[in-house]
Amino acid sequence: MNQLKKWLGIVWMLLGPVAIYYLIKTAAAEISKNPVTNTIIQWAVFVIIFIPIAIGLIIFGYYAFKGEYDRLPENSTEI
Amino acid sequence: MLKEPASHMTQPSQSKTIWQVIAASSVGTLIEWYDFYIFGSLATVIAEQFFPKTNPTAALLSTLATFAAGFIVRPFGALVFGRLGDLIGRKYTFLLTLILMGGSTFAIGLVPGYATIGFAAPLLVLLLRLLQGLALGGEYGGAATYVAEHAPPHRRGYYTSWIQTTATLGLFISLGVILLTRRSLAPDLETSIQRFNDWGWRIPFWASILLVIVSIYIRLRMNESPLFAKLKSEGKVSVNPLKESFGHKTNLKMVLLALFGATMGQGVVWYTGQFYAQSFLETVCHVDFDQSRTIIIWAILFATPFFVVFGGWSDKIGRKWIMLIGMLLAICSYQYIFKQFLNLTQPAGKTELTEQRRSLGEKTILLPKSKTDSIHLRTWEVHYTDGAVFHEVKQDTLWTDPARAAITKTATVYNEKKLDTAAYRKIVMWMFVLILYVTMVYGPIAAFLVELFPTRIRYTSMSLPYHIGNGVFGGLTPFIATLLTTIYVSDKLSGLWYTIIIGAVCFFIGAVYISNRVDPDVND
Repeated sequence: MNQLKKWLGIVWMLLGPVAIYYLIKTAAAEISKNPVTNTIIQWAVFVIIFIPIAIGLIIFGYYAFKGEYDRLPENSTEI
Repeated sequence: MLKEPASHMTQPSQSKTIWQVIAASSVGTLIEWYDFYIFGSLATVIAEQFFPKTNPTAALLSTLATFAAGFIVRPFGALVFGRLGDLIGRKYTFLLTLILMGGSTFAIGLVPGYATIGFAAPLLVLLLRLLQGLALGGEYGGAATYVAEHAPPHRRGYYTSWIQTTATLGLFISLGVILLTRRSLAPDLETSIQRFNDWGWRIPFWASILLVIVSIYIRLRMNESPLFAKLKSEGKVSVNPLKESFGHKTNLKMVLLALFGATMGQGVVWYTGQFYAQSFLETVCHVDFDQSRTIIIWAILFATPFFVVFGGWSDKIGRKWIMLIGMLLAICSYQYIFKQFLNLTQPAGKTELTEQRRSLGEKTILLPKSKTDSIHLRTWEVHYTDGAVFHEVKQDTLWTDPARAAITKTATVYNEKKLDTAAYRKIVMWMFVLILYVTMVYGPIAAFLVELFPTRIRYTSMSLPYHIGNGVFGGLTPFIATLLTTIYVSDKLSGLWYTIIIGAVCFFIGAVYISNRVDPDVND
């Protein structure tokens, strides 16, 4: 199981940039299709909010790859 | 978490006390959700009053009010009030969020419309809506933490699940108050609706202040959480909860796990079951306004007890698999259930009572961005043998170009559908199933989050993943789903792919990385 957790970490690390790329690509396409302020604001909000979350997913993947989730803490002294 | 010697442990609260704690926490949280939802439920009416489409700046503020409060401000509220809760205590922090929420809701009901004070109106509403979002971001973590820290270890899931019912009940009450007000402002329905749209929409906002006053009174009489009080008396309160929560790898990794392995999927299942489903019935299936709301009211009524059932069950078998199975069932059956909504609201297969067909008039309107081409609309009320009544609208586009006119056919659409009893009941049943999934993913999650983090930074640490999962991933669901249906127009169910993909990723992460262990002790 720990090996699975570790290798899946690579998937999560890759999923982050893929999500950012897809988001920016879709935002650009939708804005160019309908370049009014409301569309720009909506997609700008999406991009601004989801980029940090995608970075969080990359960090999560990195921790998983490094084996940080092999054993979860069972008490607060471990946190 | 770490077991301390028995003499140092906080004794579980007495049964009477814990019910007082639950009642006081739940009533306040319920009111906060009610306050938050009435704005959403009245969005169309509010838009007409404050955000006229003719004024682009006002329309822009409308977009900001919708987005900013739900998606940006809630996680900030979680950080601001979570930090306060870990520094000064749970009791005063969530008292503050209650006052902030109640005050801003009441004030929205007082703001004069755009027609009276112009641009100041949408600006004030936006500001108050931001305050609502901020307050909501701080409330939930406090209430869940407060109840969990009073609950005996073997009943933590059960007791915190009462807090979990409040979000759904808040929606239930908001829908109920709106429907009741909408129908009771005049003897005949049409005048009543007219009055409601003019000024009656303010009543649900004003009603909030009475509920808030009662709740503040109850909360003021409560004591501080025993675990936080103990920590404070020992001088072990966190000096910098934000740094400890997100600056240290050991805690940050648990915050990320909570977000990607639980709250992200919970958020999309929650908002698909209770909001996108309602919006789908109204905008895709074109079910009558009142019926689409009573359908969800019935479903909520039948499903709400299951929050407590699954919360209590999680004390026995663990939180993880109840949440994840709920998520899995949801993502596997959404396409089928929403297809049933479409099928049950179609006129195909129905027999019309032709003698009862009644014309509701006709009109011609110019096509958008055109000065010569227009649409001619003829509307009838159509009755069927099974008791259903639909509005049938025939649309003829009147082109000035004869070539285009020659190839254009009359389009027939059905809207304002009043369903027959059998179809209505079946839709209530499917809606119940959707909310049952919500109870599975949401019922045990407060106890799950509380057990992940230590007392000194619990409020901060659990609030952020909850509000990113619920507010950002969940809150965006209706919008992204609707957006997808406008991009992939041929597939009316394409909106569900957002929920299905996010839910599937979350299920996978949760299944592989989360532990099913129920923490015996959250005293540390």
